[in-house]
Amino acid sequence: MTAGNSSISREREEKMNEIRWAPHIKSKDSTPKIMYTVTIALLPAMLGSIYYFGPSVLKIILVCIGSCLLSEIFSKKLFGRTVSINDGSAVLTGLLFAFVLPPGIPLWIAALGSFIAIFLVKELFGGIGYNLFNPALAARSVLLTSFPLQMTRYIVPFSYRTDTITAATPLAVLKENASIQLPSLWDMFLGNRAGCIGETSTLLLLIGALLLLARRIITLHIPAAYILTVALLSYISGQNPTLQIMAGGLILGAFFMATDYVTSPLTNKGKIIFGIGCGIVTFLIRQKGGYPEGVAYSIIFMNMFVPLIDRYTLPRKFGMPQTKRE
Amino acid sequence: MFKGGLKISAFKELSKEETIETFPCPEKVAIPLSQHTGLPAKPAVQKGDFVKEGQVIGEPAGFISSYVHSSISGKVTGIENRSLPNGKSSMSVIIESENGAEQDCPRPDIPEWQLLSPREITESVKQAGIVGMGGAAFPTFVKLMVPQGKKAEYVLLNGCECEPFLTADYRVMKENTDEVIEGLQIICKALSVQKAFIGIESNKKDLVKILQKALQNLKIPLDISLKILHERYPQGSEKHLIKSITGKEVPSLGLPIDIGCVVFNIQTALSIKRAVCGNLPLTERVLTVTGLVKTPKNLRVRIGTSVADILSHCGGILTDSRKLVIGGPMMGINITSPDVPVIKSTTGIIILPQDTRPGKEIKPCIRCSRCIDACPMNLVPAELGRYAENKNWQACKTLNVADCIECGCCSYICPSERPLVDLFKWAKAELRKNDSR
Repeated sequence: MTAGNSSISREREEKMNEIRWAPHIKSKDSTPKIMYTVTIALLPAMLGSIYYFGPSVLKIILVCIGSCLLSEIFSKKLFGRTVSINDGSAVLTGLLFAFVLPPGIPLWIAALGSFIAIFLVKELFGGIGYNLFNPALAARSVLLTSFPLQMTRYIVPFSYRTDTITAATPLAVLKENASIQLPSLWDMFLGNRAGCIGETSTLLLLIGALLLLARRIITLHIPAAYILTVALLSYISGQNPTLQIMAGGLILGAFFMATDYVTSPLTNKGKIIFGIGCGIVTFLIRQKGGYPEGVAYSIIFMNMFVPLIDRYTLPRKFGMPQTKRE
Repeated sequence: MFKGGLKISAFKELSKEETIETFPCPEKVAIPLSQHTGLPAKPAVQKGDFVKEGQVIGEPAGFISSYVHSSISGKVTGIENRSLPNGKSSMSVIIESENGAEQDCPRPDIPEWQLLSPREITESVKQAGIVGMGGAAFPTFVKLMVPQGKKAEYVLLNGCECEPFLTADYRVMKENTDEVIEGLQIICKALSVQKAFIGIESNKKDLVKILQKALQNLKIPLDISLKILHERYPQGSEKHLIKSITGKEVPSLGLPIDIGCVVFNIQTALSIKRAVCGNLPLTERVLTVTGLVKTPKNLRVRIGTSVADILSHCGGILTDSRKLVIGGPMMGINITSPDVPVIKSTTGIIILPQDTRPGKEIKPCIRCSRCIDACPMNLVPAELGRYAENKNWQACKTLNVADCIECGCCSYICPSERPLVDLFKWAKAELRKNDSR
């Protein structure tokens, strides 16, 4: 397979410039427009994170976005592809990646992670549209195994105003059965809890998600299947479903990470299967695994199954009783 | 309802209220001998011959072929190869009008159509050179002959005109209502069918009263119902019209007759009426001239009239940077020179601004799945596009590229400017090449 920029043969392209085939009108949707809309949808949560964890968070975000842009330019030059940073995808990856880092992360680790996300996870696989794994989450996983200490150093909201105090995330508290008081559900809803930069505020993330749903950039298939599966499994196993939904990265993961076009299934049926799969894996990691949180790993795990899911969820073709694919 | 499709702003208001105007008889026409699906007609006249309006100038060269008639009276000044508005080219009879030439060729009187047998109706449709006027230009008499072992149950009259911009069929339904309905009755008689439907899109609701009034005075007992369908492109696609009205799906790679349906275009019905009742061959049609022209119009034009003449009749083009599209904006073809004749299947002439489709910067697929939601045939354009791009024709075949109706929904909606329909047309052509080898 020829990866990277469109590989339509030259003869065809010349012919197409000569005669423009139908359709001669076009919807106003475009890739940059989609990417920037998602970026805008993340702004409420971003402002919230600066409010809770201090202005140093903004530095991390800017370093991530900047490193993503530079890494993209570097890899495009290296592979001889056309530089296409104005499609907005590198900015979005940078912001999403910053969202899954702890607020106290050293800037050089953030920069390294951004390079991993763009170079290793995206461009090595062929660039936009060809990566198998969600770049932000895959990079986070690499960092988590490489820098376990720095990657799990969470801080207490507002403590930046005086002395920064480290704290455990609610899920970590649950996991260790520690006697530390959990934040109230209301505080978790607002985002007043320890956690990754962008994951803490359910409210602000949902505002962004509503924008994406209203603009029809995402559908409810993946987030609904994902969140409901986690809630249902938690309920059955005697956990508090509301807590399980809001205590970790589930809202951010379900609405903004699992719905990534490139790394999720094409059909609605496939999307539901994908969402349920993410939910099951998340639940298993949280309850049975070694880590307190499993959203990132579960989405990456399910990313691997996307080609398989696509293969078995082809739509029934018009005028055909059933679709079979050999 | 069918799955998929798109709601596209229709731009029909530009020409919707323009009554059909008859374009003056041109001085010169170029009438192509291949305006239809099937074999090109054989020329029946020679250079220097005098022809009358309505006279046969081309005869069918095989079963699937068609008669071609002169649309003006005058002298044949040549038979030469000319470009067609559909991007192909064909031998064309050039006729220059002569002063004092007899205007009409004599036509024998014909009995009332109710007294004709289906076979006689089919024969006069064939003699009149009628082909599908919605764009496909399939010889109509072939559709009136039901193959052995098949049975026609329903006749569907396609009044959707789902392409944006076009209003010609709408005007014909509004202004020639009785003739269209009579044409539909003649079709039913020819096919011995009792049940017929007229499908219109909900943006033409003002036609309901007019059509219902016309349906009250049927000449033969028939059950004709009017169906108002969602305004959703491609509602006027044969397969999707049938699905919306009868709920049945034409089998993959099959024909409507396989499920007992036969679909006709509005203007085809009108032409059938005029052929069977008035012995008038198909020498003119109504088309919409719209977009960036000074005065958008619905024109009744003689076949063979130059597109350039029609454009200047409509006040000329408003901008220098434009593209000329023949047909609708979704499936029509962009041609560079307006020096082409109007043919039987020309539904419209549209001038669009050059930048309506940037297209230059084709980006990789981001798998947003908009094309999958939009595809009315339930194909997977995103994957098909990648396979076609890499010339993996076999994979395209497995994913049923042959079922693509080339409606353009996927290309229209794609945020990465991918020329999906073009890729599928290419894949289909390559697969056909392989098959014929």
